[in-house]
Amino acid sequence: MRKVCVLGGGMTIFRRRLQETGKEMSYEATKMALEEAGLELKDVDSVVMGSAPDAFDGIHMKGENLLDGAGGAGKPYLRVFVGGGTAVFTPIAGWWHIASGMADVCLVVAEEKMSSVFPHPQSAFGHIWDPILDRPLKPNLVWIFAMEMNRYMTVHGIKKEDIARVAVKNKRNALDHPCAQLAANLTIDDVLNSEMMAWPVQRLDISPPSDGASAMILASEEVAKKLTDDLVYLDGAGWCIDSTMWTDRDLYFPEYVAGAAKMAYKMAKIENPRKEIDVAEPYDPFDYKELHHMEGLLLCDKGEAPILTREGVTERDGDLPVCPSGGLLGVGNPIAATMGIKACEIYWQLAGKAGKRQVPNDPQVGICQAWGDLMQYGSVLIMRRG
Amino acid sequence: MTKPENPKGVELSSKQMKEGDVIVNKWDPRVKYAWATGEAISRFLEEMKNGKLIARKCDSCKRILFPPRMFCEECFKPTTEWVYIKDTGKIETYSISYLDKDARRITDPIFVGVVSIDGASEKMGIMHYFDETTKEEISIGMPVKAVWKPPEEREGAITDIKYFRPLKEGEE
Amino acid sequence: MEDRIAVVGAGSTKFRPDTSEQNWKELMFEAASKAYLDAGLNPRKDIDSFVTCAEDYWEGFSIYDEFVPDQLGAAMRPTCTVCGDGLHGLAIACMQIMSGMVDVVAVESHSKISDLNTYNDVVLFAFDPIYNRPLAGHPYYVAGMEMNAFLNGSGNTEEQCAGVASKNMTNALKNPLGAYGKNVGVGDVMGSEPMFSPAKKLDIAELVDGSIVLVLARAEKAKDITDNPVWITGFGWNSGTPWLEGRAWGRASYAEEAAKMAYKMAGIAEPRSEIGFAEVDDKFSYKELMHLEAVGLAGKGQAGNDLENGRFQPDGDIPINASGGSLGCGNLIEASGLHRALEVVLQLRGQADGRQLNDIERGLAQSWRGVPTASGAVAVFER
Repeated sequence: MRKVCVLGGGMTIFRRRLQETGKEMSYEATKMALEEAGLELKDVDSVVMGSAPDAFDGIHMKGENLLDGAGGAGKPYLRVFVGGGTAVFTPIAGWWHIASGMADVCLVVAEEKMSSVFPHPQSAFGHIWDPILDRPLKPNLVWIFAMEMNRYMTVHGIKKEDIARVAVKNKRNALDHPCAQLAANLTIDDVLNSEMMAWPVQRLDISPPSDGASAMILASEEVAKKLTDDLVYLDGAGWCIDSTMWTDRDLYFPEYVAGAAKMAYKMAKIENPRKEIDVAEPYDPFDYKELHHMEGLLLCDKGEAPILTREGVTERDGDLPVCPSGGLLGVGNPIAATMGIKACEIYWQLAGKAGKRQVPNDPQVGICQAWGDLMQYGSVLIMRRG
Repeated sequence: MTKPENPKGVELSSKQMKEGDVIVNKWDPRVKYAWATGEAISRFLEEMKNGKLIARKCDSCKRILFPPRMFCEECFKPTTEWVYIKDTGKIETYSISYLDKDARRITDPIFVGVVSIDGASEKMGIMHYFDETTKEEISIGMPVKAVWKPPEEREGAITDIKYFRPLKEGEE
Repeated sequence: MEDRIAVVGAGSTKFRPDTSEQNWKELMFEAASKAYLDAGLNPRKDIDSFVTCAEDYWEGFSIYDEFVPDQLGAAMRPTCTVCGDGLHGLAIACMQIMSGMVDVVAVESHSKISDLNTYNDVVLFAFDPIYNRPLAGHPYYVAGMEMNAFLNGSGNTEEQCAGVASKNMTNALKNPLGAYGKNVGVGDVMGSEPMFSPAKKLDIAELVDGSIVLVLARAEKAKDITDNPVWITGFGWNSGTPWLEGRAWGRASYAEEAAKMAYKMAGIAEPRSEIGFAEVDDKFSYKELMHLEAVGLAGKGQAGNDLENGRFQPDGDIPINASGGSLGCGNLIEASGLHRALEVVLQLRGQADGRQLNDIERGLAQSWRGVPTASGAVAVFER
């Protein structure tokens, strides 16, 4: 297999509503990533787009519409889409382009413009459900989080305050992220006293809808070595989908995330993730999801993540920094574009470019993960410093 | 140096949108579907009209699959047999929602959750509403029973069950 | 290609305008079951990765990917959705294998377009929201504009386009999968109702439902699976500008570039002499001629003459769309490209029944994603 390196990352600010169109956001993120890599669009052999539902942008086949903003016009261009899993799946798709020999430089772009939906991005989420079994009940997406969170809390006897701690940590971490939408210094009580949305989910447990785009430049080792001495390699990838029948499984543990993680660990030859991973960016659209996903990624035992969080292990200066970017909870949640705070963040952390967000002790191996569909998709990417 | 440096983007407020400070382009897409329900779900909906829940059995793994499907996703083989199951079950998880489908606030919250149905294989169930219970009473593991619409109001839909209520003592 | 990839299994439903007795899952299950039986593989153990090709608004879901795994045997397995044509999915599958991550991949693509009641509106919804969409109208007028520009620029004629429709619908009479096989002549097409002038009713492929699954494997695995492998020796894909205003009308740049990429990989210098037969996109009759010129199987401005000289007939020099194409079998939306590939595979295996071509070693499949896109892909297959 040809080795693949990351040469640059880019992202727009994340906000509830940006003036820029999807194309324009894609362009800004792409430009930034190319600049960091020291490359121009003409050096790019192929482009991968990651974007979630067309219903957000309000354009059918939106990948086709976005392609010139993402630098894809006249090039081999593909769009992948695995729900919320897209954020980390898109760079995996970029990996194939180079590892297969089909490209030497691949531009990976992720875009989401959620603000176009009227009256609310939630209206688009109404169409993710099974039309016969679920939609007649007029569900809200928050319901499935609430149902999953309740199951997780009940099975392990977890207190709400131990979950709220994640929201406090991530929103505080986000104070150091220049793109952040909801960075804040909060207390656990602030979270516990925030508006009840769908019990047990409260307003401050949730990441916001956002507009934004992000981009990464991937290149073959050969190309990368000509441009930099500080190489960051893609080292392991995994992706896994569970059955559509989400009401037929126990929601307390994300087996599909574990499936994707095992695939990635095998590829990266990681036998003991708890010891070998230095920094992690699990998907945190809700505070409990960070904990759920730490367990799914086998970074701790089932039910142990809230304890590690309480003990400070997951703080930026802890033993296992988790979501040092500020995550979706603090920086924002433009679905696919959260690639910027998952995959790009791990790259910046390993390359020592995270500045104020930099985790100490010279991290060598990092992992990021995204989650999506009807609580059924896991995508996992491991990077390693050269 | 903190990456990303100088990120771009111009934030708009909802006030700017509402007051017409920015031009807004609106489109109301005409997108209408009539999904073929298929063999398994057609029968499932027919039986809902009769006030019954029906499942499919996989001969290979012996699971009773609910909601019913014509193939078993574990064995990747066609399922073989129709099996009536009960209209009672157990709450696997639930939420009490103060949001409607468009994220608008509602004062009378919706009790919603997943019910695993008695007679189907373990954990197999559907999402539905709960009623005749309170925030204090409802719990994971609570036995429940379907409350059906009167036969003349049923139309072959998941909503032919109005909701699930707590199972009373001695009731089946 | 260093590490060769073979098609080791193929399965398909019939293509029909209405499949209301099956839902989309049952349709896909049928095609997948046939493909896995054909390959002699158990998807739950023997297939490493699954790829499907779909767009949300064709299906009526906001995240269609959710509804994919069970019917493909893909639950709890590496699976992904590509928002592209079936040949884009094939490219992803090949890259997964070539990257060394997996050995055996199933690629699925389907149309359940009969579930969609407002097809025209959904196609229009793909138009640029500021510049093009407000002009409304039936979105196929874009094809009429392109046909006009192509005929004007290339010197091909409306009659020659009608000849494509006539050939493909007649070819489809010998294809049991097809829905629109009929004996129509050039006069019938020319006399059919004007639709998007110069395109007439019979110049336009009708929509159908159907699902297709191909199973791909790397060479060392393929040899254990089948005695009749069909090798994928080259593939490419490309997108032109999304701006209707900025397009080189009358030119299919996406097909030119995709073919260039595929030919380079397959080591093909002279496609006209090195490719025995082809299945190219013909969602509109003119597109077949345009695409043949773009992929170099006809000289510039010569495709129509070649057609009239019988060169593209099943017994001609280089048979084109012996399957009947989209005009004869129906427009399978995103599955159209995989239908092109399926036919090439069946022909190379010698399994094309009454429409079997003789003495063929190498075939080409080419796809286009339809109005309003300028995106498509190409794949080269060899015995």
